[in-house]
Amino acid sequence: MKGNEAIAEAAIQAGCRHYFGYPITPQTEVAAYMAKRMPKIGGCFLQAESEIAAINMVYGVASAGKRVMTSSSSPGISLKGEGISYMAGANLPALVVNVQRGGPGLGGIQPSQSDYNQATRGGAHGDFHLLVLAPASVQEMADLTMLGFDLADKYRMTAMILADGTMGQMMEPVEIHPREIPECDKSWALTGTKMQRERNIINSLSMDPYDLERMNLERYERYAAVERDEVRYESYRMDDAEICVVAFGIAARVAKNAINEARKQGVKVGLIRPITLWPFPKAPLKAAAETCKSFITVELNMGQMVDDVRLATECKRPIITCNRTGGVIPSAAEVYNAIMNAQKGGQAE
Amino acid sequence: MEDFKRIVLLSGHYGSGKTNIAVNLAMKLREEHERVAIADVDIVNPYFRTSDSRGELEHAGVRVICSAYAGSNVDVPALPQDVYAITDDRSLRAVIDVGGDDRGALALGRWRDAIVDEDDYEMLLVVNRFRPLTRDVPSTLEVMREIEFAANMRFTAIVNNSNLGVETTPEDVLHSMDYARALCEATGLPLRFTSAEERLIPALEGRIENLFPLKLQPKIQ
Repeated sequence: MKGNEAIAEAAIQAGCRHYFGYPITPQTEVAAYMAKRMPKIGGCFLQAESEIAAINMVYGVASAGKRVMTSSSSPGISLKGEGISYMAGANLPALVVNVQRGGPGLGGIQPSQSDYNQATRGGAHGDFHLLVLAPASVQEMADLTMLGFDLADKYRMTAMILADGTMGQMMEPVEIHPREIPECDKSWALTGTKMQRERNIINSLSMDPYDLERMNLERYERYAAVERDEVRYESYRMDDAEICVVAFGIAARVAKNAINEARKQGVKVGLIRPITLWPFPKAPLKAAAETCKSFITVELNMGQMVDDVRLATECKRPIITCNRTGGVIPSAAEVYNAIMNAQKGGQAE
Repeated sequence: MEDFKRIVLLSGHYGSGKTNIAVNLAMKLREEHERVAIADVDIVNPYFRTSDSRGELEHAGVRVICSAYAGSNVDVPALPQDVYAITDDRSLRAVIDVGGDDRGALALGRWRDAIVDEDDYEMLLVVNRFRPLTRDVPSTLEVMREIEFAANMRFTAIVNNSNLGVETTPEDVLHSMDYARALCEATGLPLRFTSAEERLIPALEGRIENLFPLKLQPKIQ
């Protein structure tokens, strides 16, 4: 299966019956797959007139308490920003998929991780977060899509799959297991009062500053629960590691190859791969700062996640950055060289 | 395996392996014929193009015809003008790699009349039963009919390219034969060949008729 197809099929298996999108390379197969499958299972596929229209359709279906998804790639996600912020303000669960391409601007169509800051800082105006999941295989494209729907419902917030063009386009065997959808209270949804209850209101507008502050405080209580209970990461060959590589998505796969080569040379190096980018796995990195002498971050951007690593490690250890940008993927040799540089006691460039 | 007609068209669901088979078929034809061309008329997919194998093809003496934009990251649907060489020059043997699905097949309309009028072609439906949208005979038939309608041409045979990438086992290929045969029965079309990575061929030889080894594999840039 292609990564983009895995996302689409997993969404359907997770009970998503509404998809709204607008084509953009390298994520168009998500929409193409939904266009084929949704009519056959009684679902709704709609190609909107723009990304902005699509995200507002997502707002509508989420308000009715149904599982709903949209997908795009970097420039298209920026267009969706306003809607994403409105959904945060209205506490609406949904899944937004970003299969990143090189930027800024229209950029290119090759893979990138340059929307890390945008995604992990909410992605638009206002005090809010998205729950950001970063797959590193086609299997995880499927698994994290299902998880994203569950967590979005549980915490009444929007979740984002932050993938990249490689993940979207590559093919790997995938197993998607049909599953029970966890029960979730959606008594807030707009389903019609049937004259049996008070009406529900979904809105992100509040003219009373104290009221708005109260809503933001309540939202951040939920965010605190997410930070406490939903951090996910992979720890690879970290048991005796003296050098800790931090990378997510496709960069983590490249890093693993480099780590295995360096291990053959006797270098004690391991990997911490954040799977949730928000909440960021601060605790394992803080712990690694106690045992490792240096860190290496590998990213397909100019160095964005590295700031979160600095915060998590409280700047206790030097960090060497290994970045490629514009759609270029760092090679295993480049990461290997960074590891050898760290081994020799090299400092951050 | 029966000789191929002058023009071999490869079409099917996107991701079925058309390009990989096209490249390998052109290389094989070059062993038997002096003048062989491969044309990439994909207007759908900006990645995974014939031009990825340009070096091997040209080294073997195969003429590569593809849009200047193919594989260049310029995401525009463009067709190469040199495709007319294939319909104009009947001394040329040619493999035409068509874009995926009905949208890709639409591009064939430009050369359809010339190809059909000459009537020295075969149009092969490449299938992989492990692809989610061609997982069974009914869904594959749906894709096939959409392509035929868009191309205004009929398929002449099936190519079974069922695989799970590097994880493919000989058993996977053997198990896919029931699907391939059922598809042939449902369409009334013959099974032209079953393709598999070269490493799988020893385990499959003698157990599947008309095996086609894929020597060149897609490149990951």
